Amino acid sequence: MTATALPAPRSGVEATRPATAGRAPRSENRAGWLFATPFLALYLAFLIGPVVIGLVISLFNTTTVRAGVGSWVGLSNYADVLTNADFWASMWHSALFTLLTTPILVLLPLLFAVLVSRMSRNQWFFRLAFFAPYVVPSAAVCLIFAFMYTPETGLITNAFGWFGLTAPDFFGSTSGAWFAVVLLTVWWTFGFNFILYTAALQEISEEVYEAATLDGAGPWQQIRMITIPLLRPTIGLVLILQVLSSLKVFDQIYILLTGGPNYTTRPVIQYIFDTGFSAYRGGYAAAATMVYFVVLVVVSVAWFLVRRRSNSADA
Amino acid sequence: MTGLSRRQFLAAGGGLSVAAALSACASPIATSFSGGQPRTADVIFWHLFGGGDGENMATMLETFRESSGLSVESSLLSWGNPFYTKLALSTSSGRPPDVTVAHLSRVPLLAQAGLLEPVADQFAAAGITEDEFTPAAWEKATVDGTTYAVPLDTHPFVLYYNTALAEQAGLLDETGENLKPMRNSDDFVAALQTMKDSTGNEYAAVASITVDPSTCWRLFLMTYSGLAGPIVEDLGTRVTIDRAAMEESFAFLQGLTGERGLMPRTATATTSSTLFSNGEVGFLFDGVWQIPTYRDVEGLDFNVVPFPALLGPEPVAYADSHALVVPASPGRPAERTENAVRFVRGLLDQSSTWADGGHVPAWLPVQESEEFLALEPQSNYTEAAFDAVYDPPGWYTGAGSDFQTAMGSVVASVLTGATDPAGGVDALTSSLQTFSTARPPV
Repeated sequence: MTATALPAPRSGVEATRPATAGRAPRSENRAGWLFATPFLALYLAFLIGPVVIGLVISLFNTTTVRAGVGSWVGLSNYADVLTNADFWASMWHSALFTLLTTPILVLLPLLFAVLVSRMSRNQWFFRLAFFAPYVVPSAAVCLIFAFMYTPETGLITNAFGWFGLTAPDFFGSTSGAWFAVVLLTVWWTFGFNFILYTAALQEISEEVYEAATLDGAGPWQQIRMITIPLLRPTIGLVLILQVLSSLKVFDQIYILLTGGPNYTTRPVIQYIFDTGFSAYRGGYAAAATMVYFVVLVVVSVAWFLVRRRSNSADA
Repeated sequence: MTGLSRRQFLAAGGGLSVAAALSACASPIATSFSGGQPRTADVIFWHLFGGGDGENMATMLETFRESSGLSVESSLLSWGNPFYTKLALSTSSGRPPDVTVAHLSRVPLLAQAGLLEPVADQFAAAGITEDEFTPAAWEKATVDGTTYAVPLDTHPFVLYYNTALAEQAGLLDETGENLKPMRNSDDFVAALQTMKDSTGNEYAAVASITVDPSTCWRLFLMTYSGLAGPIVEDLGTRVTIDRAAMEESFAFLQGLTGERGLMPRTATATTSSTLFSNGEVGFLFDGVWQIPTYRDVEGLDFNVVPFPALLGPEPVAYADSHALVVPASPGRPAERTENAVRFVRGLLDQSSTWADGGHVPAWLPVQESEEFLALEPQSNYTEAAFDAVYDPPGWYTGAGSDFQTAMGSVVASVLTGATDPAGGVDALTSSLQTFSTARPPV
């Protein structure tokens, strides 16, 4: 399903175009660039520029206590990063967070989206209710949850007591801290994936279901044989978006736990922040960022290759 | 349609706002482009004090404004890890404040990086000289023979005790107010044991151990410094741990929370303030800045004293100091520097207002004044400022640093019993290795 596979239709609309079909006239081209200029300027200033600067200072002993890039150190920042146990520990924490949250955040919204789509009325209410938390800023979410996780007096801590359970130590123990941050993240970001699924579900034509009903397929069969296969591209999209956003985790863990207890939940972005900002080591932190960037690129490319293969297998 | 087209209107509006932004040379927007320091007041001052300290500072600023006639623009920056990053970045990019508060434990790096103006002749001319300050604080403000900061206070880690419980335990001397003298760790442990036995409480003392690495670190460094010198040297690049002394310190501290059962193994800041406020423990180990917290607790009668000598022959107080520094700014006119010096002197003169927050004034004319000597309990622990041990000089050490978190976390695991003393020494050494082998920023 790629654009190149389509033969150029010789319809009436196309025929009225100038001879070089598919290519915009020069004036239109220039206008296009002009319209894109504000975006390109910002993109250069705030994305490409910083990446290039980051790449350069990762080769220098740049610090935040001195002006300029500092002394040339070659690749030694990279060598230091790659052999630093704290860096790899924080990489693992980001990966662990991804492993903990991705399955829940891919499957649970799918389940709820399918269920909601089968309701005959008041769907808007559920869409609103599920999506609303997503628009709350991370700082507000974290402060509210910190309040509820407070030992002795917090709502969630007490809720464990209602079922005769003892609440884990949400701030003092590693497992409790992970539980706290995963629960918060699921509640907070659930709605985004839910909306993606809901949009995809609306794309599926009613006629397919009608035909299935006529053929005698029950609701469960319809979900299994029609809804899920037709949602597959969306599930793939949600999966990769979720993996990438989980790997980028920072806000929740930083605000709720500051990476504690004893750095056992510190994600790699906080490690970069800590070394670059608190410990003044800009060059080293830039090198760590580049290593992390490469990992993200590898994940994205791997996903792209897997998808391309599965698409060509479908064809 | 005649008159202004929409385009002309927008262009005119945009032009006007740019012109307005650039018109006044003194405006911060203009100086941010030209690279100069904004000139919005005679003295631009940064500090990091919220709460009661913030109120005291506001009073001092107001008094200074009235008496000097100078305008002071004061900015409260949130305290925590990035404070020194903001200070360093603003200074290295040429737009620092005229005067800022800094912890003395953070001065070595700032000084090495050339971000601070030395406390030189202009200060001496204003009467700000070495002999007017607590020696330990002045010494800490001095790096390689040059003084870079004017100490405002010393805030040591001290021993709080509940006067009523201490009396019940027979720990008070004939004044009925002060503890009987303790000479070493045996006396200290005996006093805690007596407190526990006579009151029938579960514990004798409390310190905030859980999720509070800084407190753990203060408690540990105080104990260890009775026996040995700094744990790192050469601005943090050489580890100089005395393993035997460290193991002995760990064993002593673990004894308090462990086998002797004199202190709880897990206690957050809330736990410790609850226990001490309710009289469920007789002693609290904490910093003097907590005094305002307990001053208003009804029915709590307490006093604050320096820790006695524990493992070593002499008493040691872990401490830090707030200091006033003038960040280096090549383009600062002499007149502004003069104002800055006047401002520093003005704050020093009001040290007794500052002492309300529990801090010991570093400025001897106030520290030795009748007014301060009458202040209770602040005047009881003045010696702690003289016995002060600070964080070892290093590029990564100091108040609010990752170093304190890392070290304190090891100490916490020893205090809770999760790590034995020898294991604690190993863990601390290997953690220190990461810091000492990293490439220093200066």
